[in-house]
Amino acid sequence: MQLEATSIFKTYEKKIPALVDISFHLDQRGIFSLIGENGAGKTTLVRILCTQLLPTSGSAMIDGLDVVLDAKQIRERIAAVPQEARAVPWMTPVQTITAYLMYRGYTHADAVQRSIDTIRKLGMEKIENQKNRKLSGGQKRKVLVATVLASEADIIFLDEPSTGLDYISRKELWGLFTSMKSERSIILTTHYLEEAEELATSIAILNKGKLVGFGSMEDLRKLSKYPYSIKVSSPNFELDEVKGEAIHLPDGVTQIFTYESNVYNLVNNLISRGLRFSVQEISLNTIFENIIYGGANR
Amino acid sequence: MIRHQGSQIYASILVNALYAMVNYPIMLVNTLLAPLSILAVVTFATHGTLLPVAAEGALIMSMVGSGTAMQGDLSHLKNDMRMQDMVVSSPTGPGIYITGMALSQIVYSFPTLVLLVIFNILFVHLTAIGALIVFTDMATIFTFAVSLGFFLSTLSTDIVQSWAFSGILSPILTTIPPVYYPISYIPMPYRYLAYISPTTYAAQIAQNQAGFTTLTLVQTAAYWSILLLITVVFGYIAMRRSRWRDI
Repeated sequence: MQLEATSIFKTYEKKIPALVDISFHLDQRGIFSLIGENGAGKTTLVRILCTQLLPTSGSAMIDGLDVVLDAKQIRERIAAVPQEARAVPWMTPVQTITAYLMYRGYTHADAVQRSIDTIRKLGMEKIENQKNRKLSGGQKRKVLVATVLASEADIIFLDEPSTGLDYISRKELWGLFTSMKSERSIILTTHYLEEAEELATSIAILNKGKLVGFGSMEDLRKLSKYPYSIKVSSPNFELDEVKGEAIHLPDGVTQIFTYESNVYNLVNNLISRGLRFSVQEISLNTIFENIIYGGANR
Repeated sequence: MIRHQGSQIYASILVNALYAMVNYPIMLVNTLLAPLSILAVVTFATHGTLLPVAAEGALIMSMVGSGTAMQGDLSHLKNDMRMQDMVVSSPTGPGIYITGMALSQIVYSFPTLVLLVIFNILFVHLTAIGALIVFTDMATIFTFAVSLGFFLSTLSTDIVQSWAFSGILSPILTTIPPVYYPISYIPMPYRYLAYISPTTYAAQIAQNQAGFTTLTLVQTAAYWSILLLITVVFGYIAMRRSRWRDI
């Protein structure tokens, strides 16, 4: 999938700017994740890309098709689960998926067969004929994801599909997304940074309607001054001999942010002192905090 | 892949009528109760003399109720379920979606309509041409109600608002106007107020065919013209106002 956004602005009726000059280029299959705080503009951007909302100005192209001018052709290829979408309570999972597939133009017989096949493939056969209102929150979300998964669409938009779910339910959804990503492109918005870090091949960070970070985890780490984090089990560890910055955490651990070239020396230093430590590349959480809140590691 | 438009229309009928009827049969009582209860009250109050008029009126009420109910269903599926957004990002276009939703209302009311048609066959005596004219009359008033429902759904942002619209429409369009009784029962000068409601024209056309009232050729032509004009105007406003894609 090729996705090209060029200077997208979106201002709602009350002159509230929701998106300000968003431009990026994406040229790969896999999972593209949009992250940001509440009101950052994630849903607005996704709704524009999946042809539900018109931009105020700017353009977006999906595989060379304009989301405004060529919406009809794009809708042949995409499927979307909006934020706060709910499975109709009086319908069963099979009925939910069947109806959605028929909206995509499948015959009733084909839609029923395909929905049953998808449900069984996802291991959801125990709930296939239960009313949606009797399902757990996680099962309801899985039903909605299954509806778009059952379709032939090769670009899937999922707007905060895991919000409010417990860890186990989220992990189950992650399994679904991972199973989809080899065959389709997924555009996923999420509040859970570990979800984006675990699943996404590319990540866009939005803040107050602006794109403040874009790329792979590797690219985003380059935005930070120190791409490595070393946690040392010592509350009084001092950083005289290494370059970087140290934070004394409340649990008696010192966290050091440093350059790649310093990691080797620092590790040797820690070993020689007999201290316990762990070395990691900085997480998306750290990158996000640095970008949004302007931490020391910016 | 080959996409079947018939399937896309049938999808709305499944979601909004058949699955609801199968999974919640109690909902069928709702569509039966309103027209039949007024039919019963009018019949009892007039010792049966207005039963044929009321039977025709119940049919009109059912058609109008089916059409206007669409605004609540559209609002529910758009605002509460977010299902309409899923449909927007799919190959189904707005015309197909609305057609399916309108037909779903007929399917949903089908048991009621069958019962009322039986009542009409038993108590209202029509010629074959008269039956055809009444059928066209019902189809027109249903189209008006669907357009009105669609228009109101574009105004509604919440299901609670839709309930309010439904509560207002039913008495204004079907209970108070001379749908269940002849217009001559309304004393002058209040009779003129009845002509504010499009259902008055539909009822007058139907009652004329059954011989419950007598319209001149000019009146018949005028009533048809007004009914069609109102239907076209509301349809046009609904299409103009409605937004498949938000702005």
